[in-house]
Amino acid sequence: MSSETLVTVLVFAPLVGAAIAGLFGRRIGDKPSMAITTGLLFLACALAWVNFYNHTWGHQAKFLVELFPFIQIGDFKSAWSIRVDALSSVMLIVVTTVSALVHLYSWGYMAEDPAKPRFFAYLSLFTFAMLALVTANDFMQLFFGWEGVGLASYLLIGFWYQKASASGAAIKAFVVNRVGDFGFALGIMTVFWMFHTIRFDELFPLIPTMAGKTWAFGNWTFSALDLAGFLLFIGAMGKSAQFFLHTWLPDAMEGPTPVSALIHAATMVTAGVYMVCLLSPIYEAAPVASQIVAVIGAITALFAATVGLAQNDIKRVIAYSTCSQLGYMFFAAGIGAYQAAMFHLFTHAFFKALLFLGAGSVIHGMHHEQDMRKMGGLAKYMVLTFAMMTVGTIAITGLGFPGHGFQFGFAGFYSKDAILEAAFAAGAHSEVGKFAFFIGLFAAILTAYYSWRLVFMTFFGTPKWDHAEAHGHAHDAHADDHASAAQFESHTEPGAEHEHAVDHDHKPHESPWVMLIPLFVLSAGAIVAGFFFAPYFIGEKQAEFWGGAIFNAASNHLLHEMHEVPTWVRWAPLVGSVGGLLVAAWFYLLHEGLAKRMADRGGPLHSFFYNKWYFDELYDFVFVRGARFLGDLFWKGGDQKLIDGLGPNGFAAASIAAAKRLVRIQTGYVYHYAFVMLLGVAGLLTFVIANWHG
Amino acid sequence: MPNILSVITFLPLVGALVVLGLRLTSRPDDRPVVERTSKWIALWTTLATFALSIWLCVVFDRNAPGFQFVERYEWFSGAQYYLGVDGVSVLFVLLTAFLLPLCILASWTSIKERVIDYMIAFLVLETLVIGVFTALDLFLFYIFFEGGLVPMFLIIGIWGGKNRIYAAYKFFLYTLLGSVLMLAAMLYMAYTAGTTSIPELMKFHFDPMTQQLLWIGFFASFAVKMPMWPVHTWLPDAHVEAPTAGSVILAGILLKLGGYGFLRFNLPMFPQASELFAPFVFTLSVIAIVYTSLVAFRQTDIKKLIAYSSVAHMGFVTMGIFAGNALGIQGAIFQMLSHGVISGALFLCVGVIYDRMHTREIAFYGGLTSRMPIYAATFLLFTMANVGLPGTSGFIGEITTMTGVYNVSTWAAIVSASGVIFSAVYALTLYRRVMFGELTNPQLANISDMDWREMAVFAPLVIGTLALGVYPNFVFDFTTASVDALVATYQAAIAG
Repeated sequence: MSSETLVTVLVFAPLVGAAIAGLFGRRIGDKPSMAITTGLLFLACALAWVNFYNHTWGHQAKFLVELFPFIQIGDFKSAWSIRVDALSSVMLIVVTTVSALVHLYSWGYMAEDPAKPRFFAYLSLFTFAMLALVTANDFMQLFFGWEGVGLASYLLIGFWYQKASASGAAIKAFVVNRVGDFGFALGIMTVFWMFHTIRFDELFPLIPTMAGKTWAFGNWTFSALDLAGFLLFIGAMGKSAQFFLHTWLPDAMEGPTPVSALIHAATMVTAGVYMVCLLSPIYEAAPVASQIVAVIGAITALFAATVGLAQNDIKRVIAYSTCSQLGYMFFAAGIGAYQAAMFHLFTHAFFKALLFLGAGSVIHGMHHEQDMRKMGGLAKYMVLTFAMMTVGTIAITGLGFPGHGFQFGFAGFYSKDAILEAAFAAGAHSEVGKFAFFIGLFAAILTAYYSWRLVFMTFFGTPKWDHAEAHGHAHDAHADDHASAAQFESHTEPGAEHEHAVDHDHKPHESPWVMLIPLFVLSAGAIVAGFFFAPYFIGEKQAEFWGGAIFNAASNHLLHEMHEVPTWVRWAPLVGSVGGLLVAAWFYLLHEGLAKRMADRGGPLHSFFYNKWYFDELYDFVFVRGARFLGDLFWKGGDQKLIDGLGPNGFAAASIAAAKRLVRIQTGYVYHYAFVMLLGVAGLLTFVIANWHG
Repeated sequence: MPNILSVITFLPLVGALVVLGLRLTSRPDDRPVVERTSKWIALWTTLATFALSIWLCVVFDRNAPGFQFVERYEWFSGAQYYLGVDGVSVLFVLLTAFLLPLCILASWTSIKERVIDYMIAFLVLETLVIGVFTALDLFLFYIFFEGGLVPMFLIIGIWGGKNRIYAAYKFFLYTLLGSVLMLAAMLYMAYTAGTTSIPELMKFHFDPMTQQLLWIGFFASFAVKMPMWPVHTWLPDAHVEAPTAGSVILAGILLKLGGYGFLRFNLPMFPQASELFAPFVFTLSVIAIVYTSLVAFRQTDIKKLIAYSSVAHMGFVTMGIFAGNALGIQGAIFQMLSHGVISGALFLCVGVIYDRMHTREIAFYGGLTSRMPIYAATFLLFTMANVGLPGTSGFIGEITTMTGVYNVSTWAAIVSASGVIFSAVYALTLYRRVMFGELTNPQLANISDMDWREMAVFAPLVIGTLALGVYPNFVFDFTTASVDALVATYQAAIAG
């Protein structure tokens, strides 16, 4: 198989799966739909690794497959194509690997759901859109993938559409992303009118010629590249849930947990980071836009970590953790260490998918309980899940030995330390670098605290699900969850509800193998991905590995400087991480209950964090109510009172007096009016034509 | 085939006359048979028209910018029977011929009163609308343009809902006001230029002051048709009262007459005035996009919501046209065609549940997904298309018009781009309230999913929306030559 055929099959395999399961799922049944989609995803995954191998060790040059034209108007030329270079090769393995594992995992997790074909169709559809996004060669296909993954995200968050909270969260995700896309679209327009092309391969070489170009509107003049970079970044902020546009991500946890792992942790939310790295030629020439990227990233890293400290829903903790880690990636990209950002994206995909799927295993084992305050002591009951969650936690908190001669740690150790070291190195030239470094370091302490807090609350301490009251609770929650799905479609699978009606044993249980195998694979990734790939992504082989897919300006030496930082900078993250671990252990292992008592007592800082800095309340007040108010004002005040009042209704009122005198020909049947009108028009025309002198 | 345009234009009228003849010659007790026959005659006539218009597109030379299949005969007193199509109008002929059979099918069981008259009205309407797009003579155009009002007026007035009289009155009043000014402008042009031929008028140079007056005359009529803010308030009422197929025609085709008029008259004939008034048009367009989107968000009637959404989507069209560059104009044409398919489909979606429950109140529904999975998927597709999701035709028109405008008026582009946020808000909220949640209303407990006839109506619309969304060059292949010529003349005129 030629490389071109290989990537074409790879990209379209998930679409074929989605189409079969989506269109014929109800006809061919659950098992065939699941087998076809999962099988095709594993095929895609295998091909992606072959492609990655060829790229990294087989000296495969970058190439482009153009399938057929998309939009073509003058210079605005776009084509459906598959661009294969280092960046897309990395993304292809990330996306297909996590997606294939999530497909497999869902066999177990969704076993009781009556709408399995629909679920698997959505998962595969998402994967296709994501592959279209990462292989785009122009802005239009990028945008197609961009909004396509948004659609899949909307569908999967709202998968349990009977739940009002789920459909509300789905809309919120879509709309907030649309705010980002608003900026993204304007960014594309700016790029087009600057370069008169939207193709990456035509656009990047032109960037040096555009250095001083400005874009004016109103009384303002902007550096055109900075403007474009900033507008495009707004899109990235939406998709990657960065500060101001982050509010949708925690709510997105309404979707089934495998969805959270695939879309809202490992792949879709990293699309923004991927885009900034892909557009590194623009950002390297746009210093102001880059600084904005770095500052927003750093703020997000800190903000999300603080909120994560106070949450009790296991999925929400991980969601804020994702948000925070994405912040790390952005400030890395913003200071110019795109390779480190991509490396963290890569390792994060493994350990964050692992944490989410592990959380899913806990939720499954706890009969759909997500509140960590009702867990505790689960290590005994789910040994394997516990072990693998611990691996994920070690990976995300970056535990490892950062010696000069010898280094070892799990995945996050390599990538997060690389980001912090790059930030420190950038700090030598810019204030933003210093800012990012210290914020990143502080956020690393918080990360360690909330990540271990999750492990301790869930797996250690006294079980809070064992006594009668908690039992009743868990039972209710469980019943609710299934009732919503079962109430209307119970005819499809009456077994599900029946099984639970008799199953009064609510002891937590370990998940089935079909769910544990993906956890094993991801654990392996979370352990070795950093150690093994560091030389390629950020080490001595990076220039050869990236092969020009990421652009660094001539003045950008971060990749070298980050390896020469002082010793204390190399050790600081480890110290912070261990510190966070110890504080969490002190609160949740040694003095169990203390944290709860402190939280109950309240305190402004806790409420501030617990309520997510009150963003939802603020946005609801300003935007949601604002839109309602304006909508009503325009409708009832504008349309009905002003326009209709002065227009047709006013006209009618004024003519009533006159009409009274004409009442005899007012027969009240509209078609009589029509007839009269026709006569009038005909008469007028006759008059005109009769008097024609031409 | 010689005179293919005349055949396409008047074939539906022939069908209408056959139905009329049948009606006049039949006895009253044969009425059910005649009704059934009239439906079949209408369906086959519209299908034949559609087949012919496909053939027209196939033999159409896409690389030639001028008018093709021209038929020109002296009529009387200088006015001519003059038909022809270019790359722009040929697609509108196709759109009209595409939607009409679907309208007939959609009305198959839902219209029970005066079925024969209904079929006649639709067939006459088809002839008049196709005539608007094929006419190349000023007076011929006017006859078709105004004549089309009459059957539409009757469709609302006779087969409409409770408030049909008010709706028809409003529709009539607005449109009449616009057309009086347009007629005056046309008469003046004919006297000044000494010709009623549209291609010759396109080459005629009016002095700038005259251009402005004439521009306003035409603008008044087309702005009402689009409809542009603030002369849009007739549309929601007309839609709410019109039967489903009437709404499909109204949103799908009649609204496009305004945009087509701008392209045929205002831009090429009065270029200086168009440039002068462009900021004014941009302002009205972006107000339409934001204002009506917010109003749509607050509606409680499904049809009214979609009607307001149509006004917002037409804002992209007017904005794109007066951007005066290839991206804006091609985008505007695409947006009109795409909206014809999408809004038609959305009104048909409303029709599906209206036929079952006889209410359009959003609050009445909820949770339909669990009972109507096929309908849920269909409605979702068109909701997403309406929102402008890439991969559907809705996206292409919005991104290209906005990009076109961005270079002319960055402000207008920015404000209009916010429309993509608002459209997501109202469209997804509507979908959520109708389709998601628990099915709590007991009256909905036995609601049935779409049947084969309904799926047959939707299938071509689904294919059209996706095909145009993935391969928009279907349209651009036709429009490029004509639009490039138009843009070249326009740019030369405003530069000189």
